[in-house]
Amino acid sequence: MSFVTLSHLDIALAAVLLFVNAALSLALRLGLARRLIIAGARMVVQLTLVGLVLKALFAIASPALTALAALVMVLFAGYEAMARQERRFTGFWTYGIGTGSMMAAGAIVTVFGLTTQISPEPWYDPRYAIPILGMILGNTMNGVSVGLDRLVSGAVVQRAAIEARLTLGATATEALRGVTRDAMRAGLIPTVNGMAAAGLVSLPGMMTGQILAGVEPVEAVKYQILIMFLIAGGTGLGLLAAVMAGARRLTDPRHRLRLDRLGGKTQP
Amino acid sequence: MLKIRGLARPGLEPADLDVAAGECVAVSGPSGAGKSLLLRAIVDLDPNQGDVSLDGNARAALAAPDWRRRVVYVPAEAGWWADQVADHFPDPAVAAPLVTRLGLPAAAMEWEVARLSTGEKQRLALARAMVIGPDALLLDEPTSGLDPETTAIVESMLHERVADGIAVLIVTHDAKQAERLAKRRYRMAKGKLSPAGGGAGS
Repeated sequence: MSFVTLSHLDIALAAVLLFVNAALSLALRLGLARRLIIAGARMVVQLTLVGLVLKALFAIASPALTALAALVMVLFAGYEAMARQERRFTGFWTYGIGTGSMMAAGAIVTVFGLTTQISPEPWYDPRYAIPILGMILGNTMNGVSVGLDRLVSGAVVQRAAIEARLTLGATATEALRGVTRDAMRAGLIPTVNGMAAAGLVSLPGMMTGQILAGVEPVEAVKYQILIMFLIAGGTGLGLLAAVMAGARRLTDPRHRLRLDRLGGKTQP
Repeated sequence: MLKIRGLARPGLEPADLDVAAGECVAVSGPSGAGKSLLLRAIVDLDPNQGDVSLDGNARAALAAPDWRRRVVYVPAEAGWWADQVADHFPDPAVAAPLVTRLGLPAAAMEWEVARLSTGEKQRLALARAMVIGPDALLLDEPTSGLDPETTAIVESMLHERVADGIAVLIVTHDAKQAERLAKRRYRMAKGKLSPAGGGAGS
């Protein structure tokens, strides 16, 4: 394997493009220059720090520290998923539903992939575990946040239709079925599209990265296919858990629609 | 007999009310007084306290869907969950005579819900509730969107149902309608239910 190492000068040259964008924004009065520069700076700092953390983590290769890093990633994903909700559950559930379902789905799929397919030695080797969990979580987070958002907004908009079914003797599950199905579909569509367009419209990032690092394209493709399956599995599981938990929280054992358990609208 | 004791929720003070089988009771009062909250609380659509029973069967002892099939609530603006009218009926063929009786053509079953008028929606919602075969009907302004002739059709049908032994609790703004349909009338004001007019209530 051979790859070209980048010097700081190389990166500085690429950063010129960001400043070109900023200059454009100033010239066209888009009001984005400040945010562009701040976002760019954040990206540099965050990734540099992550690089250092990963370096240390890989060197130590301790199961406890790897688990801790995984937990922190899940908690951040949970926060991101919550921040994207227009209407949220109140109390613990605001954060609990998304985070809990992503933790379960991310853990199950990552451990499944590591122990039975990729099989590094030891299986929890952070050099494999952390990037794979990251890819699964990133996609699961999108699915879960879209699905929960759709579920909650669907229940609010279709309140009269849901209650009409309830008043005619439907169970809460039957009354919510249309909304839960919509939420599942919306959450899964990006995954389906991602698989359908892979290779034609976009070269997936992980595969591209491996090729740049000198891996044979055919080998990189095999890895990418495996990861795509893990991502699809994680997104499906996490989405199902989140939508089911959300639907349960939106109703109660007396088969009522409990929109009182939602907070007001937030600015997305 | 639909028996209500101490039924309360935010916006509704503890209410006592009996509606016997084969009786129609009317509730009137200004908008926002809590009339719809009362009907919603009876069918357990919102969290509430109090004891409700039908013919001696306590609501709390029944699963909510079973309770709501015996005591059916028809809101003033009913919801629709499918595109076509027929999809809202468990068996459209069974509902057809009821629908024609309510002054709608049999073809109404194939209509799109999106194109229904307020009055058509009200009558179809009533038919949808009746085909379940409830023991008690809770109606919220069932004729507010109807012309006098159609209102008369609906009222005569309600009279028949009451004569058949159904308990009917009707919320109406129309004092004349309340007099036509119900011997006992109640008034709701600021969440408080009380007998209306010259001790007509119990």
